[in-house]
Amino acid sequence: MEFKVPTMAELMAAGEEPEILFWVGCAGSYDERAQKITRDICKILHHVGIKYAVLGTEESCTGDPAKRAGNEFLFQMQAMTNIEVLNAYNIKKIVTGCPHCFNTIKNEYPGLGGTYEVIHHTQLIQDLINEGKLKAEGGESFKGKKITYHDPCYLGRGNGIYEAPRKALEVLDAQLVEMKRCKSNGLCCGAGGAQMFKEPEKGRKDINVERVEEALQTEPQFIAAGCPFCMTMLSDGIKLKDKEQEVKVLDIAEITARANGL
Amino acid sequence: MVAQIIFLVITLAAIALFTINLRKIIRNIRLGKPADRKDQPMKRLTTMLRVAFGQSKMVVRPIPAFLHFFVYIGFVIINIEVLEIMIDGLFGTHRIFYGLGGLYNFLIGSFEILAFTVWVSCAIFLVRRNSLKIKRFYGVEMTSWPKSDANYILITEILLMSAFLLMNAADAKLQLLGATHYVNAGAFPVSQYLMNLLPSTEQALIILERSCWWFHIIGILAFLNYLPYSKHFHILFAFPNTYFSNLEPKGEFTNMPSVTNEVKAMLDPSFVPADAAPGKFGAKDATDLTWVNLMNAYTCTECGRCTSVCPANITGKLLSPRKIMMDTRDRIAEIGKNIDKNGAEHQDGKSLLDDYISREEIWACTSCNACVEACPVNIDPLQIITELRRFTVMEESQAPSSINAMMGNIENNQAPWKYSPADRFNWAQES
Repeated sequence: MEFKVPTMAELMAAGEEPEILFWVGCAGSYDERAQKITRDICKILHHVGIKYAVLGTEESCTGDPAKRAGNEFLFQMQAMTNIEVLNAYNIKKIVTGCPHCFNTIKNEYPGLGGTYEVIHHTQLIQDLINEGKLKAEGGESFKGKKITYHDPCYLGRGNGIYEAPRKALEVLDAQLVEMKRCKSNGLCCGAGGAQMFKEPEKGRKDINVERVEEALQTEPQFIAAGCPFCMTMLSDGIKLKDKEQEVKVLDIAEITARANGL
Repeated sequence: MVAQIIFLVITLAAIALFTINLRKIIRNIRLGKPADRKDQPMKRLTTMLRVAFGQSKMVVRPIPAFLHFFVYIGFVIINIEVLEIMIDGLFGTHRIFYGLGGLYNFLIGSFEILAFTVWVSCAIFLVRRNSLKIKRFYGVEMTSWPKSDANYILITEILLMSAFLLMNAADAKLQLLGATHYVNAGAFPVSQYLMNLLPSTEQALIILERSCWWFHIIGILAFLNYLPYSKHFHILFAFPNTYFSNLEPKGEFTNMPSVTNEVKAMLDPSFVPADAAPGKFGAKDATDLTWVNLMNAYTCTECGRCTSVCPANITGKLLSPRKIMMDTRDRIAEIGKNIDKNGAEHQDGKSLLDDYISREEIWACTSCNACVEACPVNIDPLQIITELRRFTVMEESQAPSSINAMMGNIENNQAPWKYSPADRFNWAQES
């Protein structure tokens, strides 16, 4: 990184408060592919001059996979620990790099004493575009490129956010091609509900293969994602189909960072 | 007079039988656990008006939406005619509302047109269901009864509408003959074309008109009593089911207050919980689910829209959200029958989990909410799947081993993978 990523502990020590907390999530912290997305989100925040911070080693799993798997105990242990940290830092606004963290903190934490304004990074990008702070210039041109966007379940159906990520793509002057199953009818990548951490049940094919086949029907140059789990599933599918050279899977944050030369 | 007494007896018997069965179903639903669905009454009302009355979620598939709309409107409007039949039957009158004059003619004319559109729609549905290979009408849960049930409904509706139109045709012909008792009233835009097919003697026409009248009303009363045994029950339950449906974002799962108490007590030894702990966490049997889940099960019309969009089902897994709903309904109905037969305390040693729904099914779910989105009456199969998972994980500790490993990692490393918490911020050191 060309700049230092500020942590909450450092800001607190300096007697400062951030405008927004960037909740990185486990995938964004540890998964090599997702780390790139995390860094790109930081680059965007740094580029537009928003005062932000991360929790760093004080961050802990939101409990989403435990909750979806049915372990409410573990979920609430995680939730209450996190809420204690967030409240101690007097956090008001959070941006996440992951729809699962986003959904959990936004919808399930308030009932356990943690109420914050939570947005997903694609919403942040949409806001920045609307405010004129991000323009999609000075970097790689996506003009006329064929991009198809895969709706993450926990962003789309789960929380009704369909337009923000598309707005981030529209600004590129690219050719946005929709898959047959998109928006509220979008097909899952296969990783939600704790499936990410287990082998699928026996069936005819894997869900991510079904989805990638559908994405390839649009003959895209890029598949845009907005979730680290979708990223893993779609990338694996593209590898399996041997299409890594022709089709790149990129997160909306990565596309935005590239377009702005960050 | 005899006819009036017979009519009264049949009607009362039909209403009594239906009431008994409806009350049993409501009792069965009430075997479920509490769920608070009384908040935001205005939003609930608009949801019901939009989704149930307005059929907003049907339009995703235009052809069935179009045909279904006619059947639905026909059903609602033609019920006004049932009111007249009731009064005529009880008091021995004939076309009691004829005094409405022009409005009456307009009403009868509209009923005829609607009866015709219902007839045609049902005929198309019948052919479509039985001769086109529509994937949603097949599947492991679509055994002989669900298949026959759908056909019985369509055939009954066709017969009822035929009787209604034939009755009108005979009536119109009797009016032309100037038969006593047959007042000149009504407009017959459809049945006028049937008049030429009918006998011309007054005697034969009266027999025909009366037969159709009796067939039509007895048919309606019989159909009413068929509802509690059939998927067709949705014509009643679609309304409360949408009214009481979940208004929160679909991604939000419930936080279990019983668990909150336990966790708070663990984190803070001085914490005293407000209410006692529940019998068990999650659901093993249908009675462990909430009354909303059980109402969902009785509302299910087995249309298969949920299963047709389920990623697990599409890719050949055992999970089918429709089967989840049908199993829940069959199980709660079985529990109800047991109570009727052997009293409330009776245990039959069976449960929803394992006897009806297998573990392989519940672990195939990605919680993607496609089924919830697809349901035209706002049924939520995902909540049932979640409750069954909660039971297997929290009560039995029977999660798949990989899931146990993931949960172990969260407990030990604060992440679902086996990385050190100390390395959580390493991403910032690289470029």
